[in-house]
Amino acid sequence: MAGPVQSIERAAAILRLLAAGSRRLGLGEIASSLGLAKGTAHGILRTLQGVGFVEQDETTGKYQLGAALLHLGTSYLDVNELRSRSLNWADALAARSGEAVRLGTPLEGQVLVVHHVFRPDDTLQTLDVGTLLPLHASSLGKVLLAFGTATLDPPEEGLRAYTRHTLVDPGELNRALAEIRELGWGAEVQEMSMGDAGIAAPIRGHGGLVVGAIGLSGRVERICDHRGRPLPALVALVRDAARAISRELGATRW
Amino acid sequence: MVERYVMSIDQGTTSTRCILFDHRGRLVSVAQREHRQYFPRPGWVEHDAMEIWRNVQRIVPEALAGVGADAAQIAAIGIANQRETTVLWDRRTGTPLGRAIVWQDTRTAPLVDALRDRPGDEFFLDRCGLPPSTYFSAPRIRWLFDHVEDLEKRARNGEVLFGTMESWLIWNLTGGVDGGLHISDPTNASRTMLVNIRTLTWDPELLDFFGVPRPLLPEIRSSAESYGEARALLPGVRIGAALGDQQAALFGQTCFSPGEAKCTYGTGSFLLMNTGTDLVHSRNGLLTTVAYKIFNQPTVYALEGPMAVTGSLVQWFRDRLGLISTAPEIETLARTVEDNGGCYIVPAFSGLFAPYWRSDARGVIVGLTSYITKGHLARAVLEATAWQTREVVDAVNADSGLTLKQLRVDGGMTSDNLLMQMLADVLDVPVVRPLVAETVSLGAAYAAGLAVGYWPDMEVLRRNWYRAGQWLPDMDPERRAYEYESWKRAVERSLGWIRPDDAARARRSGQ
Repeated sequence: MAGPVQSIERAAAILRLLAAGSRRLGLGEIASSLGLAKGTAHGILRTLQGVGFVEQDETTGKYQLGAALLHLGTSYLDVNELRSRSLNWADALAARSGEAVRLGTPLEGQVLVVHHVFRPDDTLQTLDVGTLLPLHASSLGKVLLAFGTATLDPPEEGLRAYTRHTLVDPGELNRALAEIRELGWGAEVQEMSMGDAGIAAPIRGHGGLVVGAIGLSGRVERICDHRGRPLPALVALVRDAARAISRELGATRW
Repeated sequence: MVERYVMSIDQGTTSTRCILFDHRGRLVSVAQREHRQYFPRPGWVEHDAMEIWRNVQRIVPEALAGVGADAAQIAAIGIANQRETTVLWDRRTGTPLGRAIVWQDTRTAPLVDALRDRPGDEFFLDRCGLPPSTYFSAPRIRWLFDHVEDLEKRARNGEVLFGTMESWLIWNLTGGVDGGLHISDPTNASRTMLVNIRTLTWDPELLDFFGVPRPLLPEIRSSAESYGEARALLPGVRIGAALGDQQAALFGQTCFSPGEAKCTYGTGSFLLMNTGTDLVHSRNGLLTTVAYKIFNQPTVYALEGPMAVTGSLVQWFRDRLGLISTAPEIETLARTVEDNGGCYIVPAFSGLFAPYWRSDARGVIVGLTSYITKGHLARAVLEATAWQTREVVDAVNADSGLTLKQLRVDGGMTSDNLLMQMLADVLDVPVVRPLVAETVSLGAAYAAGLAVGYWPDMEVLRRNWYRAGQWLPDMDPERRAYEYESWKRAVERSLGWIRPDDAARARRSGQ
């Protein structure tokens, strides 16, 4: 029988190291902590990054555990289960805000709409469960990107500009995502279509892992103030709904 | 100003929920607890009434805490409950005399068969609007008298109280052994087979027939009126309504006009159509039932088509077959295939309810071939609910002389988008989900809120109703007809499985 594979042992040690600390670690720190050559450590980290077990912060170059690793085992959440558990809160959000509500999860580089509640005004509307939204131009997508639930794989020709407000510059988008992480919610103001806006917040499952996003959307003049900023009252409603669903899913701290 | 809410307690078959609603009928807080299901023998289903009362004691404070409210902010309590489930308890100790016998329980089948022979369905239909069935409470009381020593004697001495779940909870909420109110409402009482459907009073002939002494029975009050104040849990808060869960859902969907109908998809599913103040006797296997009675206004009636096994088929698929780990995953599994692969499941676990009323039917899976996967079975599970609804809608249309224009749906299964689309497809009418899916709880809250003046009138309630989702028919008519025929052929194969002497054999080996 063959002996243990050294590179797998080293990969395991790197994962343990990243899991132990609360902050991101740079390549030098990882290599010196484990007594590895920088080149060796870098090779392993790149491989781990490839399978999604490790993520690298684009601005600092530091490493942390990846979302795919957190998905291992218990965290997988069926989208129909997510809808079922969200039903009451999505209804309540639509009732209180007067706007249409959608839930999204990532699917192959886009946002899959898994639940849709009509705007409560009895106008003719069509269910769009099952449709796909762009990650970088929807509030649901931006939230999923910000919390590492979805990853963006921009095409050669760059991100598509749906309007002149769409964030297509990677630096600009990353700054927006960092702000979403900081605030705990995200918005899209005329970034997908002129005249429309949306607000979304993350839904967390066990251990705080973001499993989806819930948001409302409607005419920009109803969602935002005259300076184009989302109305704080609506933001609070979205965040309340997201927290209520997260509690329902077993997230304790949110 | 401090916000005030109406509290509903929905005592359901698998769980009890406490929900707070605000003035606009919006859900603001929920607490829920499941209770244990006892299956001591094939066909028997029981609940522990004490466990249910303990659950209520836990979820009421939880629901208040969810929105940071105290009892003073509760304008009224409304109760909705699983119907026909029978509990007897000791008037002096408050202890249930054995477990509650649940509506799904079929132990009374031999008695019911005998009643259908003699005096026959007409005798009962004339008086209580219901054909003899294992579904209703009176045969259960008779069964308990025949099987529990001294029970009948103690009942005649006035030592025992009977109730469905609303009576049990109201009695406990209003003081229990210490002067608790022993009351029921027409929607619940009319499902015992002991109430005259025209006068809505206990029918002496029926009481006599089943040998039920009057002191056992609760006083029948309106569905919405201030019954009295709670003394336990929420001291001083008025209890303003009691409605059977299905009638509560009809009320919560604001089906206040004749011809308006809803179907609630839960453990079982129940389609009710408002028929106004006219009592419509069904010729197509539906039940004539009380929709609601508000204060001293005229009684409003409904036609009802109950389907015994819908959501519980999904639960069976999850718990007994283990093919999915949560109920919503049935949709995920069903979507792995394009169609049912020719497979149909008729879930006649305890016979068939509307429109067949055949206690000799048992479940079948037909069309099995080596091609069938668990995905096809999952689809057949969901389709069983859709086709059962179609059969009830056909009967409702025939009896009422109206054609259903759209179906308002509610209940947990409405989160299943595939099922909702199937419904629109097989019914060929739009299927509409209201903004508040918890219509059972909402209906109880609405009735209680009306009783105490929290809401001024029913028109205000109607304006609270909004469409949250809609599914439109999208099925080739020929395929619809073909599938419907296949379903009916599958149903035929479920009939007559239980032989007349099977029940006797089971009884002999049982006790």
